[in-house]
This record gives sequence, C-alpha cells and structure tokens, in this order.
Amino acid sequence: MITSIASVPLPVDETLEIKKNRFVPEDGGNGRRISIVTGIHGDELEGQLVCYEVARKIRENPQKLLGTVDLYPALNPLGIDSITRGIPGFDLDMNRIFPGVPDGAMTEYLATRIVKDLVGSDLCLDIHASNIYLTELPQIRINELHKETLVPLAKEANVDFVWVHGANTVLESTLAHSMNSLGVPTLVAEMGVGMRLTPEYAKQLTDGIFRLMQRLHIWEKEEIQVKEPIISENPDEICYMNAPVSGLFLKKKKHGVIVEKGEEIGAILNPYTGEIMESITAPSKGLLFTIREYPVVDEGSLLARILKREVEA
Amino acid sequence: MEKELIYKIPSIYRDDFRIHGYRFGSGEKTLCIIGSMRGNEYQQIYTCSQLVKTLKKLEQEGKLCEEKEVLVIPSLNPCSMNIEKRFWPTDNTDINRMFPGYTLGETTQRIAAGVFEKISAYKNGIQFPSFYMPGKFCPHVRMMKTGYENVEKARQFGLPYIVLKVPKPYDTTTLNYNWQVWETDAFSLYGTSTEQLDEESAQEIIRCILRFMEGNGILKEEVTTPLESKVFSDREMVSVRPHKSGIYKSMVSVQERVIKGQLLAYILDACEGEIIEELRAPVDGVVFFEHDKPLVYANTAVIKLLP
Repeated sequence: MITSIASVPLPVDETLEIKKNRFVPEDGGNGRRISIVTGIHGDELEGQLVCYEVARKIRENPQKLLGTVDLYPALNPLGIDSITRGIPGFDLDMNRIFPGVPDGAMTEYLATRIVKDLVGSDLCLDIHASNIYLTELPQIRINELHKETLVPLAKEANVDFVWVHGANTVLESTLAHSMNSLGVPTLVAEMGVGMRLTPEYAKQLTDGIFRLMQRLHIWEKEEIQVKEPIISENPDEICYMNAPVSGLFLKKKKHGVIVEKGEEIGAILNPYTGEIMESITAPSKGLLFTIREYPVVDEGSLLARILKREVEA
Repeated sequence: MEKELIYKIPSIYRDDFRIHGYRFGSGEKTLCIIGSMRGNEYQQIYTCSQLVKTLKKLEQEGKLCEEKEVLVIPSLNPCSMNIEKRFWPTDNTDINRMFPGYTLGETTQRIAAGVFEKISAYKNGIQFPSFYMPGKFCPHVRMMKTGYENVEKARQFGLPYIVLKVPKPYDTTTLNYNWQVWETDAFSLYGTSTEQLDEESAQEIIRCILRFMEGNGILKEEVTTPLESKVFSDREMVSVRPHKSGIYKSMVSVQERVIKGQLLAYILDACEGEIIEELRAPVDGVVFFEHDKPLVYANTAVIKLLP
C-alpha cells in the first residue's frame, strides 16, 4: 500500500509528499521489517531500478513474503523530478541535514519525518549511485563506528566491495549515521553512476536484498548465490588519483578490473591542440573500483580510486 | 599597494582561474580580509572593492602604518561569480566547506589549501560571508565559539552586535573556524544583504574595519568614532515561522524594534490573494534577520528577533 510519510504544502498549488510502498503478507506477517530507501540525491537513479525489481519479485511471489518490506524510492522527489542533486530551492545536500529538527525549516522537518518512519526497521538499506562524475563498482560503505554490526550484514548484500572508512565529522549529518546511532542497522550501497541505470547492478543488489531478507526471516528460503566481497578497513589501502591538469579525461580502463603498477588508466587530452596533456597511470597494483565517467576535469578532479591489494577481479 | 597573484589553476575551456590579492604595507602580517567566496556574494565583493579603494587613498595620504601588512582578497571564486552560480562551477562544492584544504585533493580542496597557506599567518582575519538562507541581517560580527574567540577585540569594530555561534560539525571546515585553530583572531562581518548592493551597509562595514585598523595600530590617525556592541549567543534569537507556504509579504524591516503581538508579515494564498496567515512578534525585540524572497515554504524561519 502506498502511503505518504511526510507532506508539506508548497507555495503555489502543489503539495510535496514523500511516499513509501509497504508490502506485508495477507496474515500481517511476523513483524520483521526491512526498509529500502533511495533518491536522497536527485541525480542518482540506480536505486529506482532496484526498487522496481524488489517490488516486482514480491508481487510475483507474494506467498514467500514473511515480514514487512517498505520501499521508499524517492526521499527527495523534487530533486529527482528536476534532475537536481540537492533539494531544489534550497541548494542543500539532503544527506547533510539528518536527523533534522521537528520544528525546523521544511527540509529539516522532512528529515525528521523520514527518520521517524524508519525507526523500528530491523535493517535499512540506503542506495546511492555515486554522482554524475564517477562510476563505482557495487559496494557497501560503512563508518568504522558501526562496523561490528554492519560488516556481517554487508557480506550478504551481494556487492563486490565493502569499504569501512574512518569517522568524518561531516558524515554525522547523513541518514545512515543518524539511523545507526538510533539503533537501526543501516547499510549504504554505492554503485554505478549518476543519471543512468545499470541493469546488471540492479539485479545484483536485488539478489543481495533478498538474501538479507532471508537472513531477517522476511523472505522464504530459496537458493540465492551471493558474492564474497573484498573487505577493506585500512585507509592506507585506498589510493586516490586526482587530475594533475584541467582538460578532457578519456578513460582507458573499466571499473572493476585489476591494474598493474604503471598501467595507463586514462589520459587528459587537449581538444584544441590534439596533444595528450597527461597520461594517467596506476601508482600501484590493485582493484580499480572507481573511475571518472564525466570527461571534463579541473585540476584536482577525482579520476579513480584503487584498492591496493592482491585481489581477483 | 601591490596587486599579487594568490592562487591560479590553468583551465582549458575558459580563462585561467585566478585569485588576486591587494597588499598594503609590509612587515608584520597584521590583517587579512576576504571578500566573496561564493558566486552570488555581490555585496561582499562590492564592499571589499570599496575597501581596496579606500585603503589605496589612505596609503597615498600616508595614513597607513608601513610596518603593518594588510592583505585584501576581494574574491576567492571569480569563476562562479562570472557565471552567476553560488558554488563551484563543475561539482557544486563550497570553498567555505573545504578549509584548511588539501593540496593533493579535489579542486576546491586545493584552492582552500593554496589560499590558506598564504593567509594563515596573519594575526587578524576578517571575512565577509553570507548566510545559507536568503535574507537581510542587522549588521554584526559573528564568531565561532571555539574557546579561541576574542570577543574583546571584536568590540573594536563598533558594530551594533556580536553574535557567538556554537559550531556544528559542518562548521569545522569553514575559514573562520580554521583561522581560529591556527591562532588568527577571526571575525565574520555580516552586512545587510548578499545579492543586492546596499551602499549604506558597505560604507558601514568599511567604517568598522577602519575602526578595527585604528585599534590595531594599522591606521596612523583616528578617522572614525568608537561605538558600543551588544554581545549575544545565536541561541538567544527567537525564530518566527509560518505554518503555511505562500507569498511572503513583510510589514517590518531589519533593525526595526517591534513589540510583542505586533504584525510582522502576512502569508498570502499565491493564487487567490487572500491572507492565509498573519505572523506576529512573540516577544519584544529587534528584527535581526528577515527572509527576502517573494515565496516562502511553511516552517521557514522568516524572521529572527533579538529580545
């Protein structure tokens, strides 16, 4: 059943509503609950296809549903509808306002309503799609403060990579940090690229979601194979590659491959002169899990991230 | 005065990104002043440009102390202002959330690092920021309450108010916060406006800076008169919020003194024109901040009163 979890009248003849679709078995189920949220950033769409796939599978196999599944495809509906990353009209990143303030501005009020509605979930999954600049291998990102609870869950999410990163002050205002602090285990999935859909990644994460639902006794047992992810907890293993000059970046490697030290990942080109301004080579052997998708770069723009470890692609 | 290049990034599609500064005097690094950091901070760059003009004249008249160095940087972000965009053109990041910066990081982190290297050694730092919500302010000095804040020195500006703000996690990456951590006495000066030019406010801010320069021995002779400031915490302000969205019609102005129950603003139905809400003052006080957009969303703090 589709219901509104937050509603705010806009100035001119329109109401902003954040909606969810709740799936429960006919008998009400066992009370266990998973919440799948996405669309905090209006330019990240990969989670839309995941929501569709999850809803489709439940509709086709209603007898297998044992608990509650709440789907929230659009936490920032105005952003999705206007191809805007943040909240339109506020120029504000919605994932920097949690847990919100009940009597605060509209954005802060919406944040509190979202948090309130998610409380009580046995697991929350927040699906992101990097941004319009970078393509990411399917991965779960975990703040080290919550790794004991979250890493075992992330291992079943059918992602390639689990990145446990250090606590950062800015991350305190994310939805995931707020929910984990309130005792709702919340995983953040990053995969694909902004403004596009990657159907194979949607299928991959959907399988992971149903595996997690089995673990939580929300879905009947069925054979679902999941990948064993590479887990990184050491920040020194992650190598960031930034553009040394401004220009046009042409990637030469696809994300998800193993690169050798010195191997060319891409090049920064000058379209005026036909010259290669810089060849971008891997500083170390490892897994290329992030690669620049948007070609125009400024000096400093992130081009790639490599996990410096002997792993199989 | 010497014009000098503070930071540069070569660009391929448009002119190079350049930050220029104007240096007065030499010797002890006494004062650094930063104008606009975002592309819509027109009043901030205007005030800074008028300050450069004023200091140039004072220097020519021999009224600036030559042993004290003053650096003025009118804009840290000309390339956003030239295309009327608030944040960084390609990735929409905010330079004032990147301090102290990182020389090997992303573009705006590099800009912050490059600039901070040139400005972190000054004894005093002044910045002309803007608020994240659109509106007009009572002119004031704002300081982060880090334990390093120098309130007594802030009184030297002679602005009517000094606001002490308890920093939130995201404030720790602002210039003001990092200046304080690096032992610069840092002050954020708010005039009335951001996107509209206000001549009176610009001149008031310049007078305040000259007053501060007198207090710190940068001006050889007195050119202004001292004024008293009221110090308060941002938590003392009382917010007035509408319950409904619509057209916002104000009935008061910033700096106006209002009494409890006084009508402050109407919210009108945007299609039918009827008054759907009246906002009244919950306390006696001064209008310290006022929303200045035609439309308003429900629950926005449209007015902040200082009791």
